[in-house]
Amino acid sequence: MHLKSVAELARGLAAGEYSSVELTRHFLARIRERDGTYNSFITVCETQALADAEAADQRRAAGEARQWTGIPFAHKDLFCTRGIKTTCGSRMLENFVPPYDSTVAEKLRDAGAVCLGKTNMDEFAMGSSNENSYFGAVRNPWGENRVPGGSSGGSAAAVAARLAPIATGTDTGGSIRQPAAFCGLTGLKPTYGRISRYGMVAFASSLDQAGPIAQNAEDAALMMNVLAGFDPRDSTSIDRTVPDYTATLGEPLKGLRIGLPEEYFSDKLDSTMGDAITRAIAELEKLGATVKNIRLPHTDLAIPAYYVIAPAEASTNLSRFDGVRYGHRCDAPESLEDLYTRSRAEGFGPEVRRRILIGTYALSAGFFDAYYLKAQKVRNLIQQDYVKAFEEVDVIASPTAPSAAFPLGSKSKDPVTMYLEDLYTISVNLAGLPAISLPGGAIEGLPVGLQLVGDYFSEDKLLNVAHQFQQATDWHQRTPANLD
Amino acid sequence: MQWEAVIGLEVHVQLATQSKIFSGSSIAFGAEPNSQASAVDLAMPGMLPVLNEGVVRMAIQFGLAVDAEIARRSVFDRKNYFYPDLPKGYQISQMYHPIVGPGKIHIELESGESRTVGLHHAHLEEDAGKSLHEDFHGMTGIDLNRAGTPLLEIVSEPDMRSAEEAVAFLRKLHAIVTYLGVSDGDMSQGSMRCDCNVSVRPKGQTELGTRTETKNVNSFRFVEKAINSEIQRQIEILEDGGRIVQETRLYDPEKNETRSMRSKEFANDYRYFPDPDLLPVVVTEELIEQLRRELPELPDQKRERFKREHELSDYDAGVLSQSRPLADYFEAVAGVSGDPKLAANWVMGELSRFLNQNELAIGQSPVASEDLGQLILRIKDNTISGKIAKEVFERMWNGEGSADNIIDKQGLKQVTDTGAIEGIIDEVLANSAQQVENYRAAPEDRRPKMLGYFVGQVMKASRGKANPAQVNELLARKLDA
Repeated sequence: MHLKSVAELARGLAAGEYSSVELTRHFLARIRERDGTYNSFITVCETQALADAEAADQRRAAGEARQWTGIPFAHKDLFCTRGIKTTCGSRMLENFVPPYDSTVAEKLRDAGAVCLGKTNMDEFAMGSSNENSYFGAVRNPWGENRVPGGSSGGSAAAVAARLAPIATGTDTGGSIRQPAAFCGLTGLKPTYGRISRYGMVAFASSLDQAGPIAQNAEDAALMMNVLAGFDPRDSTSIDRTVPDYTATLGEPLKGLRIGLPEEYFSDKLDSTMGDAITRAIAELEKLGATVKNIRLPHTDLAIPAYYVIAPAEASTNLSRFDGVRYGHRCDAPESLEDLYTRSRAEGFGPEVRRRILIGTYALSAGFFDAYYLKAQKVRNLIQQDYVKAFEEVDVIASPTAPSAAFPLGSKSKDPVTMYLEDLYTISVNLAGLPAISLPGGAIEGLPVGLQLVGDYFSEDKLLNVAHQFQQATDWHQRTPANLD
Repeated sequence: MQWEAVIGLEVHVQLATQSKIFSGSSIAFGAEPNSQASAVDLAMPGMLPVLNEGVVRMAIQFGLAVDAEIARRSVFDRKNYFYPDLPKGYQISQMYHPIVGPGKIHIELESGESRTVGLHHAHLEEDAGKSLHEDFHGMTGIDLNRAGTPLLEIVSEPDMRSAEEAVAFLRKLHAIVTYLGVSDGDMSQGSMRCDCNVSVRPKGQTELGTRTETKNVNSFRFVEKAINSEIQRQIEILEDGGRIVQETRLYDPEKNETRSMRSKEFANDYRYFPDPDLLPVVVTEELIEQLRRELPELPDQKRERFKREHELSDYDAGVLSQSRPLADYFEAVAGVSGDPKLAANWVMGELSRFLNQNELAIGQSPVASEDLGQLILRIKDNTISGKIAKEVFERMWNGEGSADNIIDKQGLKQVTDTGAIEGIIDEVLANSAQQVENYRAAPEDRRPKMLGYFVGQVMKASRGKANPAQVNELLARKLDA
C-alpha cells in the first residue's frame, strides 16, 4: 500500500480494497518501525489518526466519501493543529499545543484526510539541510548519512521513505523544492498568497508559502485542489478563482517555450548537474517544447537580498516568543530583562539566533536604508527580470539545487556555503512566483531536482508540464534502495 | 526675560468601533481581564492581523473634518520593542505613510480671539495591553483586553503658545471626534489621552528650545496644569542658567508637577518597517466622496448656524456647539419653546448649574429637552414668572412631573387678573401708610427707586405669583395718583 500514490490510494479506498483504518495502521506501523532511522516525525498522532480514519470509513459507508476521505498524510510541524503539539522544530515551542487549526490543517481535515503526525523541520523553517532542528537532524532515505534538504526535510524524508503518502511543506527560500529534489519527490511552491498563511508559524511573512510535497505531479495537483483559495483571515491571501488542478494535467506540451537563464547555466554550474538537467530538458523538447536562452541579470543579488529581508522579517516575527504568554520560559527569572534574554537564549537554536541578530541589525536605525530598503529595491529588480522573461517564455528551467543531497555536517559549519544552496530557488520567493521541483535525473544514485518556474498563478501549467514529463520518464517512480 | 512657550500635542483617540483594529474581539470597557483577547490579540504563533475596515472610514472622516489631505495609499508599519503588555513584540502603527496628512483646526480662546492650529498628520495604530502591578504580590499580571484597541493618533504642529490654547485645541478635537461619532471621547476611560510636547524660548527667538514630552495626560484640567507646571519648571531651570534635558515625563496630579520618566539617551530603536502581514490601504475617490457626503454638521458650522439662525451671541453659540449632545438638547428646547435666546439662557444657566452640581452629563439630565421647552413656554405665555420658573425647574429636576403638572399642583400660576392684583396692592398700601406718605413726599426722580419696596411687598403677598410687570404698572399708577 505504501508504494501507491494518493491518486491510487483514493481509487483503492473507493473500490473497497482496504479501509482508511487499514491504510492508517499500515503507515503508523511503518513510522513506528522505521522512523528511528530517519527521524522525520516530531509528533505521531496515532490515536487521533485512527479516530479520523474510522470516521472517514463511516462516511464512506454512508456514501459521503470524497476524493480525500481517509487518505493519510503528514503535516510539517509549523502548521498549527488544534490540540496537537506544534513545535516548529524549536525548543521554544516544544510543548506548544495550539487551540486552533491553521487554514491548511483545517482544509485537509474538512476534506477528510487523516493526519498521521507532524514532521521534523529546521527550527522555525530556517535552514537548507534540516540539521537545525531541536529534535535532531533528519536523514535522507536515499542515503542515511545525507541530509534530506531543508527546511521541510522531515516531510520530504517521510514521503520518500513512504511513511506517509504525501505531506505539507512550506517554502520561504526553497524549503519545499530543495528537499523534494534531494528526496526524489515533486514539490510545488505556489504563487505567494495562493494558499493561506493563517495558522502557519511565520518565518518571513512576505516570502512564506505553503505547498505539497508529493510523489508525483498528479498528487501535488490533488493537494492543491484542497489547499488553494482565498482566506479572509490572511490579508495577503489572494481572492482569485481556484481551478481544478487535475483538469489540465492532460494537455500536450507542444509549443511550450522553456527559458534557460544564462546566469544559471554558466560555467559555475557543476557539470554533472548541468548534464542531468540538460538531459531532462531534452526530454521536454521531445514532448514538443522549445528552448530559448534568456537572461535574469539580477540573479547574483538574490541571495544577499534574501538574507537581509528574510532575517529582518523573522527578527520581528519571532519577537512574540518572549517567555511571557506561552512557549519556553526560563527558570526563576530575576527580572523582566532576565526573563526575555534567558528564555530566548535557551529557547532558540544558533541559526535562529543568528538570523534574528542579522535581521535586527538590518532594521536598526542608521542601517535600515543601506540594507532593508536596498534589499527591497533589489527585490523589485528581480521581479522585473521575471516579468521581462515571461514575455518570451512560458516556464524557466534550472536545477533546483546546485548539487544532490550532501552529507550530514558537511556544510553546517559554514552558514554562507549553506545559504548558497538556495541559489536557484530563492529569487522565486522574492518575486512571489510559483515553481515546481520534480525528479529529473540522478547523480551517483541520488535524485536530482529539475526546477520549473512559471508566471503568477500558473500552478496548473507547471503541474501539467511536470505531469507530462512524468508520463514520459520514470525518475519519479524510483525509490530509495531498501525501501521494501 | 520674557519667555514664550511652544506646545505641540499628540492625542490618542480611541475609535468607537465594535471590534479591535486587527481582530474580531470586542473593545468594550471594563470586562474581566483577558476575556476580550483572542488568539490574534495574544499573538499566538501563526495568527495574522486583518484590518477592521471601520477604522479606515473613521480616520478618513476625521481627516475630512479637519480639512486634511487623505492619503490614497497608506501603509502599516511595525514598531518593534519588548514589553510584557505588547504581545507581538511590536505594535502595528503607521510611521512612513499615515492615512491622514496635514490639516488644520480652528480654536477660540476665552478672549474671543480665534486661532488656527496646524495638524501634522493623524495615523492609525493598535493599543497595547495593560500591566497590573497592584493585584499580584511580587508579580505582574497582564490584561490584554485593551491590546488591539483601535487608536487614531493625532499629531499637532507646535503651534500653541499657552496651556489655554492647548486646552482649547483639545476641546475642539474632542468636539470634532464626538460630533463625528468616531470616538466616545470619554477621557475617564482613556478614550482620549494626550502627550504634551513643551519647550520654552526667549520671546522673539525663532529657534525652538529643547522640548520634553509629558505622557498620557487624561483630562482637560490636567493638560492645563501639566503644561503650566512644565513651562514653569523649564523657565526656572533656564533662569538659573541650567539647560533642559530632552526626556519623557509624567504628570503627577496630586503634587501638580511633572517628573522624569526616561531620558532620550536611552531612546529605543523601534526598527520601523512595513508590516508584511498587511497590504497597503488603498482609498478610492468614491469612498472619500461618500464619506464627505455623510459628514455631519461640525462644531464650527453649528456655531455659525446658531449665530445666524438663532441670533445667539458668539459666546453662547460657542458654548452650545461645544458638544453635540448639548447642541442637540439646546436645539430641541429652542424648537419646543420657539425662543432660542431664552432656551440658550436656560440651558447654559439653570440646567448646566444643576448638571455640574450633580456631576451629570447632558445625556443624563433628568429634565428632558421637551420638558424644559414646555417650561419656557409657560414663562412666555405669562403663566409663571421667570422666578417661579426656577422653582418649577427644581421640582422637575427632582422628578415631580412636567411643568404644567407642577404649576397646577403647587398653585404657582401667575396672577394676571388686574382686579386680583389691585386687591393685593390696596392691602399692601393700607398696611404701609408711612411708606406711602414718604413716597408721595419724595421728589419725582427718587420715586422709581422707592417703588421697589412696594413691588417686593406685593410679590411677597402674592407668594411670587403676581405678574411683576403688572404690579409695577398698577403700583405706579396708584401711588402717583
